[in-house]
Amino acid sequence: MSAPSVPYIRQTAGARAARAASRSRGYGSDRRPGWVTYLLLAVSILVFVSPIYYAFLLASSDSATIAQNPIPSLIPDGNFLANAGKVLNADINFWKALTNSVIVAVVTSVSVVLFSTLAGFSFAKLNFRGRRGLLLFVIATTAVPTQLGIVPLFIVMAELGWLGKLVAVIVPGLVTAFGVFWMTQYLESALPYELIEAARVDGASMIRTFTSIALPAARPAAVMLGLFAFVGSWTNFFWPFIVLGSTNPTLPVALQLLQASYFKDLSLIMAGVVLSAIPLLVLFVVAGRQLVAGIMAGAVKG
Amino acid sequence: MATSTTQSRAGRRLPDSPRTPRRVGFSQKLSRWDVKVSPYLYISPFFILFGLTGLFPLAYTAYVSVYDWHLLGGQGDFVGFENFAFVFQEPNFWKGLRNTFSIFLLSTIPQLMVAIVLAALLDANLRAKTFWRMGVLVPYVIAPVAVSLIFGKIFADQSGLANSILGTFGVEPIRWHGSVLPSHMAVATMVNFRWTGYNTLILLAAMQAVPRELYEAAVIDGATRLRQFFSITIPQIRPTLIFVVITSTIGGLQIFDEPRLFDQIGQGGPGRQWMTVTMYIYELGFGNQKSFGRAAAVAWVLFLIILAVGLLNFWLTQRIASDATPQARKSRRKKVKR
Repeated sequence: MSAPSVPYIRQTAGARAARAASRSRGYGSDRRPGWVTYLLLAVSILVFVSPIYYAFLLASSDSATIAQNPIPSLIPDGNFLANAGKVLNADINFWKALTNSVIVAVVTSVSVVLFSTLAGFSFAKLNFRGRRGLLLFVIATTAVPTQLGIVPLFIVMAELGWLGKLVAVIVPGLVTAFGVFWMTQYLESALPYELIEAARVDGASMIRTFTSIALPAARPAAVMLGLFAFVGSWTNFFWPFIVLGSTNPTLPVALQLLQASYFKDLSLIMAGVVLSAIPLLVLFVVAGRQLVAGIMAGAVKG
Repeated sequence: MATSTTQSRAGRRLPDSPRTPRRVGFSQKLSRWDVKVSPYLYISPFFILFGLTGLFPLAYTAYVSVYDWHLLGGQGDFVGFENFAFVFQEPNFWKGLRNTFSIFLLSTIPQLMVAIVLAALLDANLRAKTFWRMGVLVPYVIAPVAVSLIFGKIFADQSGLANSILGTFGVEPIRWHGSVLPSHMAVATMVNFRWTGYNTLILLAAMQAVPRELYEAAVIDGATRLRQFFSITIPQIRPTLIFVVITSTIGGLQIFDEPRLFDQIGQGGPGRQWMTVTMYIYELGFGNQKSFGRAAAVAWVLFLIILAVGLLNFWLTQRIASDATPQARKSRRKKVKR
């Protein structure tokens, strides 16, 4: 039993190595790129990061210093913690906004991943009447700007008595057409039919097949979808701004309130900006590698 | 109730099938029912939730737009196309439309051009790949509200960073908030800041999937890097290119966060120099007028515009990307079939 499987493994491992080697080569040569490439990349990343660092510089300063010298020194002053403390204790519910943002982002991203994987599994691997048409419909709706339905959506939320409540932000974010499309694409190639058939022969129910075969296979794409959904919900402003109001804000809404009430004290506003960005920056540093790997995996498979 | 349905369904099917003389056990019936119903069960959460929160509101917008409907008063009389007629003769609507298109073009075009170049650079055999890839994505995790607060300060008319730096070179301060074009450029910069890296990674992902043999063949044929880029890379990543262009169009024409927070008041400047259509929708519905009917009318018009520009972009992208060698076209046709 083990004897024939050894060369098989060796063969596939060899093929994979060859593929990886050819993939890592740039434009048909395995030469590493010259310093110009690195210089251009370094400059672009500097451009991308410097506004964030500038915000941090202002947040570590105080308004008097900023007023005197519009071009700040590149070394931060020591006032960041003091400014951050003021923001947290300001009368704009910053702590509440932080909690709200965490709740909304966690609930919506878990739900988007779960429902997208369920639907993706169904579209990619199960046979049912109307599958093609329904999938086409999903793809078409990724191009529909849902933001434009805000007026009726607001009327519905008002009828339900959800205005000012988090549920008004959570429910419209529970599913995305992009998520379904993404998981369908991924599972189509990442999940072999043989595995599903084996599970069925072993007597597994559909839902059992989903949880023990499809869900683990979907992991790389699911991580990426989850992160995108998390970032999307964390940074969303328009809809929470309309339905939540100032008493029960999410972070972007709180930032807007901060600007409206402290617009003269720039270092406080920037401290709020930095504070609101820290959780996502940390998440990005922790999971960024997976995020980037997920984007690549999705594209290679899709 | 579920069981009775099963039995009747399975019972109806059984006589049809001549190859099942055996009595079929309950678990087998259950399994058959499981296979039939599960797919629909799994896709239903998406369709129910998306229908309620995505499609229904969009359709309902058309209904609201032909009524006299107020934030506080609720549904009023049927007014036909009066709401549309009203907004079409409002100078602010046209201003918003002009601003939206101007900001959209100033952001999407440079953004995608830079993104495609960056993606090509990242597609090389770099050292510390993940570092570079993650680096370009950093701005994406900063909320648009935060981005606009940062850039609002950078582009402040007096004592802003941009003008101060220009001042050291002896350039006159630019009225980033006061004038039309500079304010559009400032807002477009915010959009570019946040989305260039995101689009770069999406395009890079597509480039990674291009078979390397194509490049090897091109090298043997003596094609330069530039030639390889235009004759292989661009045609090969066409589906992703279309995806990126369409999503940028949808996002760009709905822009709200960045211009809204470019100053404290949030009306797009005293002369509405940078007020976009979505800001106008907000103002009509939730601002002074509180007229849902008029807001819905503008939303519906914007939807049609986005649809039209999206289709135009689709057509354009297809044309640009199909400007390629016959071989590339053939291989692409294969891909589409797949």
